[in-house]
Amino acid sequence: MRGFTHRRLVRGAALAGALTIALAACSSGGSGAPGTTPSTASSAAGQSALEQGGKITVWAWEPTLKKVVADFEAKYPKVTVDLVNAGTGNAQYTALQNAIAAGSGVPDVAQVEYYALPQFAIGGSLADLTSFGAASLDGTFTPGPWASVKQGNGIYGLPMDSGPMALFYNKSVFDKYGIAVPTTWDEYLTAAQKLHAADPSAYIANDTGDAGFATSMIWQAGGHPYTVDGTNVKINLADAGSTAFATLWQKLIDQKLLAPISSWSDQWYQGLGNGTIATLTIGAWMPANLESGVAAGKGQWRVAPMPQWTAGGTATSENGGSSLAVPKASKNQQLAYDFIKYADAGAGVQTRIDGGAFPATTADLQSAAFVNKTFDYFGGQKVNEVLAKSAADVVKGWQYLPFQVYANSVFNDTVGKAYVSGTTLQQGLKAWQDSSVTYGNDQGFTVNK
Amino acid sequence: MAPKEWQLVTQTHPAPARAPRSRRRVARSWVGWGFIGPFMTVFTLVFLAPIVYSIYLSLFRQQLVGGNSFVGLDNYRRAFADAQFWSSVARVGLFLAVQVPIMLGIALFVALAIDSGRLFGRNFFRISIFLPYAVPAVVATLMWGFMYGTRFGLIGNIDAALGITLSDPLSPGLVLASIGNIVTWEFVGYNMLIFYSALRVVPTSLYEAAEIDGAGQFRVISAIKLPAIRGALVIATIFSIIGSFQLFNEPSILQNLAPNAITTYFTPNLYAYSLSFSGQQYNYSATVAIIMGLITMAIAYVVQLRGMRKEA
Repeated sequence: MRGFTHRRLVRGAALAGALTIALAACSSGGSGAPGTTPSTASSAAGQSALEQGGKITVWAWEPTLKKVVADFEAKYPKVTVDLVNAGTGNAQYTALQNAIAAGSGVPDVAQVEYYALPQFAIGGSLADLTSFGAASLDGTFTPGPWASVKQGNGIYGLPMDSGPMALFYNKSVFDKYGIAVPTTWDEYLTAAQKLHAADPSAYIANDTGDAGFATSMIWQAGGHPYTVDGTNVKINLADAGSTAFATLWQKLIDQKLLAPISSWSDQWYQGLGNGTIATLTIGAWMPANLESGVAAGKGQWRVAPMPQWTAGGTATSENGGSSLAVPKASKNQQLAYDFIKYADAGAGVQTRIDGGAFPATTADLQSAAFVNKTFDYFGGQKVNEVLAKSAADVVKGWQYLPFQVYANSVFNDTVGKAYVSGTTLQQGLKAWQDSSVTYGNDQGFTVNK
Repeated sequence: MAPKEWQLVTQTHPAPARAPRSRRRVARSWVGWGFIGPFMTVFTLVFLAPIVYSIYLSLFRQQLVGGNSFVGLDNYRRAFADAQFWSSVARVGLFLAVQVPIMLGIALFVALAIDSGRLFGRNFFRISIFLPYAVPAVVATLMWGFMYGTRFGLIGNIDAALGITLSDPLSPGLVLASIGNIVTWEFVGYNMLIFYSALRVVPTSLYEAAEIDGAGQFRVISAIKLPAIRGALVIATIFSIIGSFQLFNEPSILQNLAPNAITTYFTPNLYAYSLSFSGQQYNYSATVAIIMGLITMAIAYVVQLRGMRKEA
């Protein structure tokens, strides 16, 4: 008796649910929604998912997404997007790994930085977006980020922003001591010496060992320390590019030309504001951070192309930047894909540019409005001109390890020694390579065999 | 006298008690379970289950490529040959050997001073020495971290004011001592309060007797006070041993300020944390946690045995 009523209840509920869905489909079909006509055939499935509505959870720390989500929900009233900040970078990856391992609480969309994407893709945690037609977006994004979201034949995320590198410098400091803005790394070293000699409290840059920065420098120098082919991995942190970086940076460390201040610390913001840290070689997403975090530096900072390893060169690399990916465990993958497409390749891009983000879409990077925008913070400089040029000059063929998150976490255990003891950077890089190799083999990859 | 009486009572009872006993035993066992059931449920869920699950985890290995597989005691074999793990154990061992005696010594000294009744402003001292314990460890570490700063912190200010260059407290060679300083600052008050409350319950008649016998203050301390609070000393030592082996908050927070001085395997707990959260090596992390638990138990047990033996 009890079983019967229970079953009847369930059946009733199911019927009611079906009716609601039918009604919903009917009403949305009826309204026609002129603003939402499908543009390509591949998005037809997405269209129905958007009309049907539903709820997706997005894990991201990118602040400009707030507005994107609001716009998206306004455009598709049946869709509810729950934007959650589950931590920045590694903190969020930890939460995501745990959710995936536990098999519950997995979000439908997650922000994943390019360096971490292979780890999630190889682990089988992310949905391959080619089945939703992501391959048709080829050419929409700049080559660097687009290569970063591809793994073999699969596409595991859509590039949200990018970080082509440039040299941010405090013009007032350079002017004060009559130092020319360096165009090569040799000039950079000379400038560092001049600056520190002129003012012992001033440094050309801060560095306490940063894996993301080091790999980006090696990338620009033409190094290919990581070669990944499926689960076959080669690690060589003694190749020409790595050695070029280690040699230059060792000189800066030995001559005590780097401020021993960690990025994003209190001291760092102070140093950027008071002229004791004179340059930042960093990704194109930095302007918004400078404006919000270093108010004291207003009018003093400028952006120049990244110093070169050979005079007259134009090579650059990417530093940071992230994608939006869809975890395989998501129950609403189609809707999730529609959202990331809206945010990364649709109307959401302009919203985020207005919010200060640096896009990864070619069209926006080339648009006159974007390139010609002047920045008061940078003394009226057309900053995006330099940054967009850098995006086009990124050295091709770079690969991150499929376990880069782990490798980066032990960077300071190994390479970091060079900053505080007699160990050289080259020895540090060798130790970093060794621990990466051990970990990779331990995790079932074939590394350096 | 007493045992004989007891025997008598138990001997007189068996015959009449026989029949009801079997019935009562059944009833008693159910009633008993009823009473301890809620406790046992919670105990099993929050104490036994995690331990059993950790042991279960430690017998497997999850790989990014190849999935999960049973590996028996491989993780334990790996841990015993893991130089990073043993270096972290040695580090907390050194910490234990140096910091705990200093901390307990200061705490004992302060407790005796306050208890002596000769201290002016006794309550003020008691409160202000205990106060750091009320500051959350995270806040305390951040605060000390700023003070340790050689550029804008207290150390930097001292350097600037006196025109000297103190060595950086967050350099690899000094960072363990700096952490010891923070932990001592945090826990002297707590241990002082344990000792002080133990001293308060010593009967004053003993002191009077000592005075009549003409004993001085030091004699009172060594002959009355210290033996009286031996139990408290043993407890405080055991707590401190466990605390040292579980050192985590302080190095974990200072790591942001001194990333190159504090490695990811600085203490066993930090190592277990890094293994599971940066490397997804949950299985090996569980193994490390279990081994550390066993080591801590063994050392705490030895201390307890020694403390008891002296007491007897």
